Amino acid sequence: MKLASPLKSTLENYGFIFPAVLIFSIFYIYPFIQIFHLSFFEWDGIVPFKDAIPVGWSNFKEISFQDSSWWQAVRNAGFITVVALTLQNILAFLLALACDREIRMKNFYCLIFFIPVVLSEIVVGMTARFLISGLEGADVVNRMLGSLGLSHLAHHWLSDPHTALTTVALVHCWKGFGWGFLIFLAGLQTIPRELYEAARVDGASAWETLRKITIPLMMPVIGLVAILTVLGTMQIFALIIGLVGGEFAGHTSVPVLRILASMQGSSRFGYACAQGITFGMILIAVSFFQYRLSRRAKA
Amino acid sequence: MLGTPPIRSNGYYKAKRVTLNGVIHLFLIGVAITCLYPLLWMASSSLKTQQTIFTDISLIPHPAHFENYIHAWHTGGFGRYFLNSIFYTASVVVGILVVASLAAYAFSRFRFRGRTVLFIMFMAAMMIPVPGSFVALFVLLNKLHLRNTPLGYILCMINVGLPMSIFLLKTFFDTMPRELEDAARIDGCSKIGMWRHVALPLARPVLAVVVVFNALNVWNEYLLALIVFDDKNLMPLQRALMVFRGEFLTNYPLLMAGLTITALPIIIVYLLMQKHIVRGVTAVFG
Repeated sequence: MKLASPLKSTLENYGFIFPAVLIFSIFYIYPFIQIFHLSFFEWDGIVPFKDAIPVGWSNFKEISFQDSSWWQAVRNAGFITVVALTLQNILAFLLALACDREIRMKNFYCLIFFIPVVLSEIVVGMTARFLISGLEGADVVNRMLGSLGLSHLAHHWLSDPHTALTTVALVHCWKGFGWGFLIFLAGLQTIPRELYEAARVDGASAWETLRKITIPLMMPVIGLVAILTVLGTMQIFALIIGLVGGEFAGHTSVPVLRILASMQGSSRFGYACAQGITFGMILIAVSFFQYRLSRRAKA
Repeated sequence: MLGTPPIRSNGYYKAKRVTLNGVIHLFLIGVAITCLYPLLWMASSSLKTQQTIFTDISLIPHPAHFENYIHAWHTGGFGRYFLNSIFYTASVVVGILVVASLAAYAFSRFRFRGRTVLFIMFMAAMMIPVPGSFVALFVLLNKLHLRNTPLGYILCMINVGLPMSIFLLKTFFDTMPRELEDAARIDGCSKIGMWRHVALPLARPVLAVVVVFNALNVWNEYLLALIVFDDKNLMPLQRALMVFRGEFLTNYPLLMAGLTITALPIIIVYLLMQKHIVRGVTAVFG
């Protein structure tokens, strides 16, 4: 057996990680640093960067104090997130509870509920638009309301500013609940059945069992799903492009769409980067806060 | 066995259980129908004509215009976009498999300076959201003359999949017994040989998870496709669908055929690989 020289061995080790580190440095770390750099410039992305105008913190000041459409977009994403946190996750939890028992066709349900998750936002958004819209679609939702005798509820769901955002949120919940369902179900199945047996022997009702055993034991999973929901939903955008259309303004704008509009629409690359940083900070702050909250709930 | 009372002979409990199960089934079936109906309807609309698509909302169209798919494939250009998507997905998945498994193997087995820092760096990238990085990526790709090229898109997407794939693979390699590799080493097997002939074959179940997750991710990706491609001939399906809809006078049956062409492979892959997806979710979040 020949002992390889230590130098050769070290080079070999670095050879294994080199491709990954190289790709990661170019396409993740470099842009990551660059957005901080660019955010201090006024630059249209067309002229050479050496002609860009350094503007200090003014992009950030403009975002903070003047850009009301930006904060409207943040509020919109926040609204969709609140709907997803409550409606979508409660639905997912109830479905997981229903499937965490001896019930026929359990595997069939599990199979179906994840289908909307594996489809793309564009496919889901376009299909939903075609179902919902009466102008660019078959108006199926309104026709169904009509056949249920509820035709007075018929509505231009996507073009009315009062209902557009809620419609987006509901379609988003439809697309996403399968995630929560799958994670909740995996969590529920780790709860020892003996606990439920013992509770029943002690005469606990189903409601008490849920409140005193299931939910406390599920708290870490619930916290995890909540963080994933917030991070996923706040960054929603492709679904809105598919559902509402290409126009980036309006009542359904969200931060990622605003960043895209700053970059492609108004050609303000530095401003777009500053928006990205601001938004990243918001996301980190929110998920840190949530993490603390779920830690406290556990303790 | 939650909800199954211990005393089955008791009629009251039995009736209660049957009712409860009935209600639960109704709930589950109701949700399942809302999951399936839009998809069935999408597929059925793709068989209608521009005239009937807005008026006939039945699920089974009469007559069914299967030739819509031929038109979508040729004149709609979806054949080309479909092959683009296949090519990007396959290239990215192969790239990730090689690059991520090499790195994960080194992180798991070898000792070298900077090992922990580099690994933490990959893991941090998985958790820290960087919503604006596509702006800088756009600038960078322009500078490297990689924008509007397949290679630029493929490299970006390999990068997107790396952290998660490295995490999954390293977690697996950490639990893999070292005896086989020790035996291979004594037989004179090189490090790369151990990776190729010992680690990779044993990691097949995790590799399946990595393949499925990344394939779904690339096939469904939109943002980078929007940033990278201007040339219609290079676009993957998700991007081409938006362009197709944005054109003057949209041909809706062809659009629906395009949507079905986009959704169907994903649904088939999902149905075949469901076990791996569930395992992946539990491995990452469980």
